[in-house]
Amino acid sequence: MDSDEEQEWVPLKNRPEWSDVVPVEQDDGPNPVVPIAYKEEFTETMNYFRALYRADERSPRALQLTTEAIKLNSGNYTVWHFRRLILKALSADLQNELDFTEDIARANSKNYQLWHHRRWVAEILGTNATTQELEFTKKILSHDAKHYHAWSHRQWVLQELGGWEDELDYCHELLEEDVFNNSAWNQRNFVITRSPFLGGLKAMRESEVSYTLKAIVAHPENESSWRYLRGLYKNDNQSWMKNTQISSVCLKILIAKTDCIFALSTLLDLICHGFQASQEFRDAVDALRNSDLEQAESDLAKTICSLLETVDPIRVNYWKWRKSMLCQDAN
Amino acid sequence: MEASEVPVATVTQRSQKSVESQVGRIYEGFAKLPPDAQFRMLELKRENHIDYLKGGLRQLPSSFCILDALRPWVCFWNLHSLALLGESFDAQLQNNIVDFLCRCQDPNGGYGGGPGQMPHLATTYAAVCSLVTLGGHKALSSINRSEMCMFLRQMKHPSGGFRIHDGGEIDVRACYAAISVASILNILDDELVQNVGNYILSCQTYEGGISAEPGTEAHGGYTFCGVATMIMINQVNQLDLPRLIDWLVFQQGKECGFKGRTNKLVDCCYSFWQGGTFALLQRACSTIDQQLVIPVGGNTFEVNFNDIGHNFVKRRVEMEPLFDGRALQLYLLLCSQEENGGLKDKPGKSRDFYHTCYALSGLSVSLY
Repeated sequence: MDSDEEQEWVPLKNRPEWSDVVPVEQDDGPNPVVPIAYKEEFTETMNYFRALYRADERSPRALQLTTEAIKLNSGNYTVWHFRRLILKALSADLQNELDFTEDIARANSKNYQLWHHRRWVAEILGTNATTQELEFTKKILSHDAKHYHAWSHRQWVLQELGGWEDELDYCHELLEEDVFNNSAWNQRNFVITRSPFLGGLKAMRESEVSYTLKAIVAHPENESSWRYLRGLYKNDNQSWMKNTQISSVCLKILIAKTDCIFALSTLLDLICHGFQASQEFRDAVDALRNSDLEQAESDLAKTICSLLETVDPIRVNYWKWRKSMLCQDAN
Repeated sequence: MEASEVPVATVTQRSQKSVESQVGRIYEGFAKLPPDAQFRMLELKRENHIDYLKGGLRQLPSSFCILDALRPWVCFWNLHSLALLGESFDAQLQNNIVDFLCRCQDPNGGYGGGPGQMPHLATTYAAVCSLVTLGGHKALSSINRSEMCMFLRQMKHPSGGFRIHDGGEIDVRACYAAISVASILNILDDELVQNVGNYILSCQTYEGGISAEPGTEAHGGYTFCGVATMIMINQVNQLDLPRLIDWLVFQQGKECGFKGRTNKLVDCCYSFWQGGTFALLQRACSTIDQQLVIPVGGNTFEVNFNDIGHNFVKRRVEMEPLFDGRALQLYLLLCSQEENGGLKDKPGKSRDFYHTCYALSGLSVSLY
């Protein structure tokens, strides 16, 4: 990529088209703290940038200069901001901006400025940009499936420009690849709660519960799927507590005796919301107890907390606290 | 095609395993050492950290060009770290810091990422916190409060949130920066507070944590920013705190440190973003108790504009920490500390000022 461009940097002071500009040095003062040993190219580019920014020169050469400055430091929001002012003034072809941001993203895509710029461009291009934006984020996510900025941009595109039709399938594909990808679960929640085509959370709940329970049974140690399941009942604890499919899956996992932490904590949550656990649940929990270590508690919720204190030692303070709160509820 | 019996591990599983085994080797090696050697390894290399941090204030190499729009941050990371280590600053250094930050201050209020850059809420936060850390008349009086007020109003967005700079993005980070700066400078008012609570609420996700914008994923950094903002505007009771705590405790993993999101990797900076949130919630314990009995929502309270959060921080802690502070200390001292000063994200990474600041902040929180 542009290898000769990198080799052959011509100082701006030697370029005839810049001869009329007086560069402005950075006012760092006599004894600056956190001074950076800038390279010559950086200092000179920024000196010319400051001159044009101060003069508010919205010209093609100013646009070119912002390209150079952004390539040297893509985190300089002032340069990006000025670039947008120039683009507007010149009524520039914004398609080039998509290529430019993609180019910058290739070097480093974890940067607020480039994504904000991309959103600004896409907003102006409107629905013409939908497919391209979805493809762009997909490409970034294919390298890093948890890329926060890329997901954020994708959600913005869906909400503002549309393109919801295939999004649930896309979430499914990503979860097939990596069921531990919490960002894909989060996107799934976003789609089922906000897509105008799916009828909302309540309409989707039943099929989503089945989908998620399958994922949970395959990997009971996967925190993401448990959290997603709980999220399907956000603000509806009654339905949560009453769904016997959920308690049954907890029971099944407890009986299998491996990776029980989330099954136990979910059962605790169900009980706290009024679920009446049968003898089967008590037996399954009792079978997990090491009778020498833990005292038997008459109350199942307390037993679960005590059990979690041993099987999940890093959270011992939390489970103790949960147990103490159970006592308080009873009073 | 051969059918394989053992399912292939996913990307998440593979990267998690690799970090776990790296960290595991460090803890195993540590366990085999005699007590005096263990004691030495658990020492905070205070002098080396101080040298590293002071060096950064004095001079940064050319690789820092990419942080050229974050210089008040570099200043804050280093100053705050030094303050946590109990190191004082000589008069000359203090003057130089105040003088430099004045050059980053915009004539119309707020601070930019360097001299002549536009004002930005995050660098404003970093600059104000640096000056408050220094304290004293010269540092504090250098902040132009009336212009700051104007700048914060300009960044206010009708959604209730704030833009991070003129024409910039709106997110929870910007809300925290604006409200905390206004709070500490005692210029918080109804106009700035208007609807910011609802904006933060719309960012509490189904997982329990808080995201950058409505819809995105629960994340440690934004959770700290969201909770702290809600405390400053006296609306923390509006958040679903039991769900938030349940998410928070699960961010501390086998590696003993915190991660930023569910099923992501441990990173020492979350020692503060997640650990610090615990420190805040320990002081909101009566609200949590209420929510365990009565569901979220509850009363809304007036904001006391004269209370800059100091009373909250000074509140008696009625609750034991809900995370494992000793485990966190092990991670920070054994896995993230560099012998020659500075702290790093995780084994295999390099030290930097950002991670040093938030690792030391997390260490401080774990000692409460």
